[in-house]
Amino acid sequence: IICCPPPLQMQFMLLFSRQGKLRLQKWYVPLSDKEKKKITRELVQTVLARKPKMCSFLEWRDLKIVYKRYASLYFCCAIEDQDNELITLEIIHRYVELLDKYFGSVCELDIIFNFEKAYFILDEFLLGGEAQETSKKNVLKAIEQADLLQEVRLGGGDLHGI
Amino acid sequence: MKEIMVRAIYCEMLGYEASFSYIHAIKLAQQGSVLEKRVGYLAVSLFLHESHDLLLLLVNTVLKDLQSTNLIEVCMALTVVSQIFPKDMIPAVLPLVEDKLTHSKEIIRRKAVLALYKFYLIAPNQVQHIHDKFRKALCDKDPGVMTASLHIYLKLIKESPESYKDLTDSFVTILKQVVGGKLPVDFNYHSVPAPWLQMQLLRILALLGKEDQRTSEMMYEVLDESLRRAEINHNITYAILYECLKTIYTIHPKSELLEKAAKCIGKFVLSPKINLKYLGLKALTYVVQQDPNLALQHQMTIIECLDHSDPIIKRETLELLYRITNGQNVSVIVEKMLDFLRLSKDEYTTIDLVGKVAELAEKYPFPYNSWFIQTMNAIFSIGGDVMQPDIPNNFLRLLAEGFDSDEEDRQLRLLAVDSYLSLLECDTSGLPQRFLQVISWVLGEFSFLKEGLEPADVVERLGKLLDDDAITTETRCWVLAAMSKLCGSSDALCKAEKVAHKYTSCLDTALRQQAVELELLGRDVDLRTRVLPQHGFCVWLQVDSSLSFLDGFVSDALARGAAPYKPPHQRQEELSQEKILNFEPYGLSLPVSLSACSLTDRQSPTALSLSSSLSNLLKLEGVKRVWGKQGYLPEKQATEEALAQEPSSIFAPSHQQACSESQQTTFSTIVEQDQEKRQLASSLFVGLGSQNLGKPEASSSQRFRRKVRPEDPSDVNRSLAVSSSFSHSSSALDVLLDNAIPDPTNLSDSTSEAVPAVGNTEVVEASEVSSLSGGSGPLAQPSSQVERGLESDLPSRLPATLVGLLRSDVEELCSGESLSLSACKVFDADALVLAIFLSNISDSSIQEVSCLISSEQLKVPEMCSTFSVLSFYLNVVVSLYRLVMEAPGTQAIVRGSVSCASQATQSFSLTLSLVDFIRPLPLTTEEYGKMWLSFSHDVKQNLMLLKHEEEDQLEAALTALKEKLCLHIVDVIGAEGIMACQLVSGRPCLLHCHTHGGMLAIWLRSPIADLPDCLLYHCQKAIQER
Repeated sequence: IICCPPPLQMQFMLLFSRQGKLRLQKWYVPLSDKEKKKITRELVQTVLARKPKMCSFLEWRDLKIVYKRYASLYFCCAIEDQDNELITLEIIHRYVELLDKYFGSVCELDIIFNFEKAYFILDEFLLGGEAQETSKKNVLKAIEQADLLQEVRLGGGDLHGI
Repeated sequence: MKEIMVRAIYCEMLGYEASFSYIHAIKLAQQGSVLEKRVGYLAVSLFLHESHDLLLLLVNTVLKDLQSTNLIEVCMALTVVSQIFPKDMIPAVLPLVEDKLTHSKEIIRRKAVLALYKFYLIAPNQVQHIHDKFRKALCDKDPGVMTASLHIYLKLIKESPESYKDLTDSFVTILKQVVGGKLPVDFNYHSVPAPWLQMQLLRILALLGKEDQRTSEMMYEVLDESLRRAEINHNITYAILYECLKTIYTIHPKSELLEKAAKCIGKFVLSPKINLKYLGLKALTYVVQQDPNLALQHQMTIIECLDHSDPIIKRETLELLYRITNGQNVSVIVEKMLDFLRLSKDEYTTIDLVGKVAELAEKYPFPYNSWFIQTMNAIFSIGGDVMQPDIPNNFLRLLAEGFDSDEEDRQLRLLAVDSYLSLLECDTSGLPQRFLQVISWVLGEFSFLKEGLEPADVVERLGKLLDDDAITTETRCWVLAAMSKLCGSSDALCKAEKVAHKYTSCLDTALRQQAVELELLGRDVDLRTRVLPQHGFCVWLQVDSSLSFLDGFVSDALARGAAPYKPPHQRQEELSQEKILNFEPYGLSLPVSLSACSLTDRQSPTALSLSSSLSNLLKLEGVKRVWGKQGYLPEKQATEEALAQEPSSIFAPSHQQACSESQQTTFSTIVEQDQEKRQLASSLFVGLGSQNLGKPEASSSQRFRRKVRPEDPSDVNRSLAVSSSFSHSSSALDVLLDNAIPDPTNLSDSTSEAVPAVGNTEVVEASEVSSLSGGSGPLAQPSSQVERGLESDLPSRLPATLVGLLRSDVEELCSGESLSLSACKVFDADALVLAIFLSNISDSSIQEVSCLISSEQLKVPEMCSTFSVLSFYLNVVVSLYRLVMEAPGTQAIVRGSVSCASQATQSFSLTLSLVDFIRPLPLTTEEYGKMWLSFSHDVKQNLMLLKHEEEDQLEAALTALKEKLCLHIVDVIGAEGIMACQLVSGRPCLLHCHTHGGMLAIWLRSPIADLPDCLLYHCQKAIQER
């Protein structure tokens, strides 16, 4: 069903609580809603069943699942088998850092009530399943700019067409 | 609205359907304030997928926002474009996104690069023309933009590492700078400089250095540096280390680095952290094929991991063991795998592992037969019905075909029968269907081997299987089939018939057929022994898979006017083509002015009114057979060929008559080839048929003979068929020897005389003495001067058949101590003839010169030209290759090598453009109109015409295209022009150009899938270079 994804791309990212409630989902491969629901259900079950001391990686269908728990939230990414699991773990960590910096010691409630913000940050950090901007400062700067909604107009034509 | 949209997103996440809000999301993105737009775009990217119909409504918004002066709006538009964008609409935004590559803000540049990456992934051909701009992005001063461009390069290099070897140095330099901490501190992650960038570079280097020693040597130093730097004990350094290890083991090995890498793997494997251990096992699995000793070093750890409480670790360990399996350890490893399988619940793991176990069991000479049978039994009962169907098939084939010794075979089969009989005695309800099928087949075929076993007994046991309700109809068929084989004795027959009788009125046709067959065969013993002989399992059946017995029927039908067969995918394609919407603004759309000549289009509403007149024209039967939906059909059968030449066919353009001649000649060879193929298929020996005329052995031996007896006409005739030929010094040698020192002015005469002497073949004389201008003899001539003299008159050495044709300049390919190679392209009507001139620039003879070329993208005649002697006074030979581009691509690379007895091999490569294979296609406007409608693949694009001051932009553009691409201008009507060309040989492509306001809208159509795309690329280049 997953149609020829590009090399080493992240397939999807899920955030869910310890109770198994989905908090955020981002799909980088086109799937049907039914399929998405099935995958989510299966994965949440599998991940929640794992013991804390166990490996953060999982084999699931032909994909690798990399998950990590932060407080009551599970961050869970699906990557391809040849990809590097450790760096995916760090991507999760970087995302958490970004959230933390943006919300100021982030908690599950922040994400529930401002989940569109969480999406904006994710989109600024990962684009189409690839790490887009890895500098923490740059990501947050972009988000803040958009938040402030200053009309950052470029003057006349002086900056155009360089 | 914004709040409501956020809530709708939330609902979707919770699993409630909120599709009613999709359209509102698009509206919000379209009309809202910037803040609302942001949420609108977010909702769109979460709700919709690439092929969602509603997405089309977003295109205009995206276009507007891309042109906005507000940075944030541009950012949002670029973000959404790189997440979801319909493939068909890429041309609309492409120029705008391209513009953004030169934007002053790095965030915009970065997003534009990523958007282009996305475009490249979904439609590679459309962004081909901006590869240069990718290079600019790679050199961007902002590290973020550069990092983004690496995504594109990783993909590009993965596809063709050869074309990017020149960038190795840049990548190594970048990595060196990154590792050395030259990037801004912003990019550090836990005090490691830009880890993501490092990993991307390491991956690229791995691809570049693979199987390439020279390139690998460039990166050893930086890899060593990376290994050394990654010392901090943090996950991120391990991530980089892992990538480094992979690169080191992928590229050309260097022992020193390998040693260090092996040490690193130890760090992983021995780590107490479970994640690192896992990665260590993964790395070991990766490298163990190259260096099995590594596994030995970590023996104990591996054993520990095998009993680890976390199944994922176990699983990875088994993967590692699978890689190091050999004849001695196979039984232990298989045992471990089966243990794991018994505990595992996951379907995917089961399928994968069962396949591996079966592979191992079959691959290695198993210790004893009973082990094999037991293992396979375990596989069947565990793998059950989820495993790959070829596992039971292979097993049965193995049993049936047997091994070298008959005794061994008998034993194996007997063992199988024994074990299955005992299995049937126990409870069979838990056994998977596949296993039952295997059991019944084996018992049906081989139970006679067991002495003292009554067939009636077996029938009875099999019959019991049928009582179980859970058993599927398919399995029932297998059981009945086995029974029909066992009906030898009257006792068994009686029992079997009783069972079968139940099914003779069954609703399932397959089962019913099986039962009726059993009854009939039971009544007629002779027939039964004929149909089901006791040793029938190893009789080879001959199946005519090409269904050649239907050929006559097909050609009859075709002659009666039936439409030729179209494979399902093509039908599908045409269907979807018809359904597609017209996304172009009407103004740009199809040539209304051309409608007079019925060049209308189903996609163009403005031309709809004309479609009725058009349909009349389309009814021309004769036309259809030559020009089907997929265009010109040169491969069609003889019947069509004949029809095409009937006078009734009004559509017999001149060019076609020109090529029909050549087609008829090829036609006879096609028939020959077909028969040949069938013969080859039926016999196991796949030899070299006579259709492989260009095979090295055949032609070289021929050549030798010809050398001895140059006057033998039969040999010359045979060489006629060799599609790629070369010239050599046969009869001219005699001439030259007679004349001792020929007069230079006579040289051209002697050549032209020699040509008719050999006949009108492609084997022509090109041997002459050109350097003997002075009386002092060749040795006195400086070699450089000789060569210069050659350069100028190399083309004159081309065979007479090619002399009148257009050709390119002679280009030097490579030059060694004694041999110099030049090439010249000759544009023949039905192929590109590549002439390679081998010149001897030394002052002694060269022995055994041979030249071999190959290409991935082209059809190259497989031949190796060999010249036994290239003497110093006969210093030039020409080797000719007729090249045809089968699958269109924008360019093709031809590689070749020349070797001779005394010297190292010289290799060269030559890049040929698609344009080299394009020939004008002379058509009338009416013919064009008809062809246009029948072609299914099309591409449209707007190109900027830079020179605004020109009086007649269209004419200038058309002339440029005509000159650069060899197109035929069919007609010019007002602001529109139509052109036609063909890809050799005989695959047409039509172009329609339309100018408006400094833009040139080009529309290409062809029956060949990629041809319009590739040609468009060259059109763009031609227009830009103008």
